[in-house]
Amino acid sequence: MKEFTYVKAPDMAAALTALRRPGAQLVAGGTELLNWLKDGIEAPDHLVDITGLPLTAVDVGPHGRLRVGALARMSDLAAHPEVARERPVLAQSLLLAASPQLRNMATIGGNLQQRTRCPYFRADTPLPCNKRTPGAGCAALQADDTAQHAIFGWTQECAATHPSDLAVALAALDATILISGPGGERRVPADAFHLTPEEAEPRRHTVLAPDELITGVEVPARPSARLSHYLKVRQRASYEFAVVSAAVALELTAGDTIGSVRIALGGVAHRPWRLTAAEEALRGTELADTDALRAAVAISFADARPLPGNGYKVELAQRAAVRALRAAARPEAPDVHRAGANGGPR
Amino acid sequence: MGTSLQPTLYLTVNGEKREVPAPDVRATLLDTLRERLGLTGAKKGCDRGECGACTVHLDGRRVLSCLTLAVAAQDADVVTVEGLATDGELHAMQRAFLDHDAFQCGFCTPGQLMSAVACVREGRAGSPDEIREWMSGNLCRCAAYPQITAAIADVAERAAENESTPAESGGGRS
Repeated sequence: MKEFTYVKAPDMAAALTALRRPGAQLVAGGTELLNWLKDGIEAPDHLVDITGLPLTAVDVGPHGRLRVGALARMSDLAAHPEVARERPVLAQSLLLAASPQLRNMATIGGNLQQRTRCPYFRADTPLPCNKRTPGAGCAALQADDTAQHAIFGWTQECAATHPSDLAVALAALDATILISGPGGERRVPADAFHLTPEEAEPRRHTVLAPDELITGVEVPARPSARLSHYLKVRQRASYEFAVVSAAVALELTAGDTIGSVRIALGGVAHRPWRLTAAEEALRGTELADTDALRAAVAISFADARPLPGNGYKVELAQRAAVRALRAAARPEAPDVHRAGANGGPR
Repeated sequence: MGTSLQPTLYLTVNGEKREVPAPDVRATLLDTLRERLGLTGAKKGCDRGECGACTVHLDGRRVLSCLTLAVAAQDADVVTVEGLATDGELHAMQRAFLDHDAFQCGFCTPGQLMSAVACVREGRAGSPDEIREWMSGNLCRCAAYPQITAAIADVAERAAENESTPAESGGGRS
């Protein structure tokens, strides 16, 4: 590991100034950065520790809007009583992620900046990866080793998926990522924070510039937040990244008819993948009508582009979306074991 | 050295102020505990946050010392497995692990113990299912999981009984 300097930023201005130095890298919970350093994914000259900044609060504002500081830990947000009660999808996405130790360390801002789990990107000996070294090629695509890769928004350069469960839940909740940088503050919709290789070169993971930092996340108050659900399909019962996941937030009109709905999928692209066409088609659909739900969801998969290794994701993701829709309509106290069991393959 | 924030690093470990002269800012808390402070209880299993063998408590919360920079832990209270027993008396969880034969090779045990103590304290040891979920960050290659689960359930039950009576619950610093 290359040598670096370490400074703990006393305030936001100092943090932003320190981040402007060439070779500067931010650290908070450390659960991602320490592994990047060990694997040579990052080799900063200067580490800027921002855990001293006052960004840990979880506040419920006027009219129920939720504001989460970027430095709130995953475990703290998951345990917040308002979150579990009013926004089940959010608590579920957090509790189904990582392990208790990691959730005690990892911050909300850091969670969104997790990088892909593609084994070629994570390799501790360099392998062809355009995210690691632009122009190096893509070992996964060359080898057809693509079981874990994208079915939407990929290119011949890169087919990696992003791994954040939280990002998928935030996309379903129409949340906004709050960013500070030298030019001031800006707001980015949760489903536009990550970049697919269709939108930018694979080296870029998100819209965040090197001299910017996430200060928080804002989640609007919507009736749909209460009827929300996160379904995570994994290869183990627990402590594993999603093969695919589905986050749903919906509003019902008379009886069990869908009024409006937002659906985001994880594990299928390098950003939370909204099923916007399906969302339109689902308006007015009876929840009990499984065939209608399936047909509506299928519309958003007409342009799916499975790779040689991951054709199964096209069917799996549609089933996950339909199951998440029905689960969202039947809210219950968040119970991570049930959620875990439900998320397992059948 | 340019890599040092200060000539000496101060850590509070198991209630004691400890000095680490000429620290390397790149050193993890795990390596610092083991190689600079002689506290070899926390184990280096995967060194990438996957196995839980390095679990310690930081300000009372279970964390992974392999993903924590020692320099970032200066203001925190660190408790390792060496700090569980008090006055030569094993912590209730250590006693339960012995009683239930909750290990074979013992390599993962310090991490299991630190995680288990936190699991009970977090109120996440109400059933075997719940214990398995909330201990999922600690791997055991010997697969002593049934015995580990039983040991934790045992401690959690006794803690719940103690709570309903005025008796003082046993257990160490953490």
